[in-house]
Amino acid sequence: MFKTPDFIQLGKQVRSATAEDVEHALNATRLSLDDLAALMSPAAEPYLPKMAARSSEITLARFGKTTQLYAPIYLSNYCTNRCVYCGFSADNLIKRKCLTIEEAEKEAMILHDRGFQHILLVSGEAENAVDVEYMEAIALRLRDKFAAVSIEIQPMSTEHYHRLFLAGITAVAVYQETYDRNLYKKVHLSGKKSDYDYRLETPARVAEAGMREVGIGALLGLGDWRAEGLAIGYHLHWLRKKFWSTAFTVSFPRMRPATGEFEPLEIVSESNLSQLIFALRLFDQDVGLIVSTREEARYRDGMLGLGPTRYSAGSCTAPGGYGNSDGDAEQFSVGDHRSLDEVSAIIREKGFDPVCKDWDCRFQITDY
Amino acid sequence: MLTIAGTEFRSRLFLGTGKFSSSTVMADAIAASDCQMVTVALRRVDLDNPEDDIMKALSLREYTFLPNTSGARDANEAIRLAHLARAASGSSWLKLEVTPDPRTLLPDPVETLLATEKLVKDGFIVLPYMNADPILALKLQDAGAAAVMPLGSPIGTNQGVLSDSMVEIIIDQARVPVVVDAGIGAPSHAAYAMEMGADAVLVNTAISIAGDPVAMAAAFAKAVEAGRTAFVAGMGQRSKQASASSPDDGKLSSDLGFLA
Repeated sequence: MFKTPDFIQLGKQVRSATAEDVEHALNATRLSLDDLAALMSPAAEPYLPKMAARSSEITLARFGKTTQLYAPIYLSNYCTNRCVYCGFSADNLIKRKCLTIEEAEKEAMILHDRGFQHILLVSGEAENAVDVEYMEAIALRLRDKFAAVSIEIQPMSTEHYHRLFLAGITAVAVYQETYDRNLYKKVHLSGKKSDYDYRLETPARVAEAGMREVGIGALLGLGDWRAEGLAIGYHLHWLRKKFWSTAFTVSFPRMRPATGEFEPLEIVSESNLSQLIFALRLFDQDVGLIVSTREEARYRDGMLGLGPTRYSAGSCTAPGGYGNSDGDAEQFSVGDHRSLDEVSAIIREKGFDPVCKDWDCRFQITDY
Repeated sequence: MLTIAGTEFRSRLFLGTGKFSSSTVMADAIAASDCQMVTVALRRVDLDNPEDDIMKALSLREYTFLPNTSGARDANEAIRLAHLARAASGSSWLKLEVTPDPRTLLPDPVETLLATEKLVKDGFIVLPYMNADPILALKLQDAGAAAVMPLGSPIGTNQGVLSDSMVEIIIDQARVPVVVDAGIGAPSHAAYAMEMGADAVLVNTAISIAGDPVAMAAAFAKAVEAGRTAFVAGMGQRSKQASASSPDDGKLSSDLGFLA
C-alpha cells in the first residue's frame, strides 16, 4: 500500500530547490518527483508565467480546445465525523437533511433540464442514511439520464465500489484533506474519518473495483500546501504504476468560509493555487485537473486553458438546494454563482468547447 | 479510388472530430479537407438526440460516418458501445478502439482481436485501430477486418510515422486497405505515409489544435494527394550513397576480370 513520505521531509525537499532545479524541471520532457518538488518550491515563483505557458501547451496537446463541465448534487448533510473545518461536522447545529431517492432524482432532473450531463453525488458520512443500497438505487435511477454519474461520499469497501460501478457509477473522488498525519489527527477529532490510513488506501480500492476514474486531492488551507502538492504527486505516481488502466483527476478545494468558527490554518493565495496546478500539469500530462465553484469567476475565467480540464458550474452545496434554495445548511458558500449557460458562454468566448458529455453510463453496464 | 467494404472514397484523408474549439470550426475544417470519412467518438455524442451539437454540424449525406469506441477498456465494453451505436445510427461502420491505458491510449492487441472477431460475426464493418504490428494486422485481416489502422506514433503526440519499418511490412502484406492513424502531426508526415503506400491516413489533433484548423485541413488534403500521386508514379529507391543523376560516371564497379 502507498505510504506517504515523511511530511516534514517533503516540506524540506520542496524548500531546498534552487532556480537551477526549476529551470531543469521546466526544460525536462519527463519529469521526476524531484522536478515536481522544484516546481512547487518558493524558487519557482518567479517562473510562474513560464510554468503557465508550458502547462497551457501540454493541456492543449493532450485535451484539445475543450473544458468539461459538471455539477454536484448534495444528497445528505448528516455526518458522524467531527472535522474542525467542515460545515457538516456532527457538532454543528445546522438543519440536517437526507434526500429520499425521489427527491434526489428530482434534483438531478433540475440539473438535467439546465443542460448538465455529468453530475457528482456528494454526501456527509452517515452510513445509516447513505449506504451502498441507497447509492445503488440512485445510480440505477440516473444512469439512463446522464452521461456520467460520479460520487464523493464516505470511503467504502472494494466490493461496494464494484457494486456501484455495475450500477452505473463512473468515478469516485476521495480527498485525503491533508497528507500530514499529525495535522490529520488534530483536525479529524472523531468518527470513522479519523483513520488516516483507511482514507489513504481508498483510491486504490476504488481503482481495484474497476471504476474508470479516481479523484484525489488535499484541502488547501490546512497544512503546508507545497508539501501537500508534492504528496499528491507521490500518491499519483504510485497509483499510476499500480493501476495503469484507471484515469486520475486531482482537485484543489481551497477553504471557503463554512458554518462553525474555523478559519484556514494556512493562507493559500490564488498565485499559490496556480503554481500547484501548473506544477502538477507539467509533472503528469494526462491527469484531469478540476477547479470547482469554490473559486471566483474572475480566477476561473483566467485559468481557462492554462491547465485545468474540468469545471463545476451553477453549484449549490445544500441537500435539496436546487429545488428549494432557502440558503442554509450549505457545506460552504461558493465563489462563482454563474449558471451553466453563463460559464459555457465564457468558455466559448475564450476559444474552447464546453463539453458536457464525455461518456455514457450505459457503456459500462454488463447486463444491458 | 479507395474501396473499403464496397464503398468508394475519392479522398484518402479521414478526419477525427475531437479536440476542436467548437462544432462550427470542426465542420469548416472537415469541409476544407474535402474528406469523405469522419470518425466520431460515441462517448462525446448523444445519438438519440437529434439536437446533438456535433451530429448536427455533420452532414451525414456527404460523409461516411465512422463511429469509434473511444474510451472502451476491453472487448466487452467495445462490443456494447458498437451495438448501442448501430441501434441509434443505423450504420454498421465502426472504428474499433480498445485502449485500456487512459494515458497513452495505446490499443490493446488481445482485446482488439477478440472484439473484431465478435463484431464481424455480428455484421459490423470493422476498422480496428492497432499498434504497428504486422502479425496482428494479418490476424485482424483474417478475422474479417475491413481495413487495418496501424498507428504512426502514440496518439496526440504529432511525432509522425515513427513505426515506418513495421507499417511498410503491414502495407506489403495486406489484402485490406491500410489506414495510418495516430501521431500524424504535419502534412509532411501524411505525405510520407502515403508515399510508403498507405491507402489513407486519419488525422485529428494536428488539425483541431492548429492555429487555423481550416487552413491546416486544406494543407493536409494537398499533402495526402501529393503523397498518393508520388506512390502511384513509382518512387525511386532510397540509397545511402550518392548517385549522379546522369548515370555512367564515377560509379563503383567490381573487377570481374577473373571470369573465364
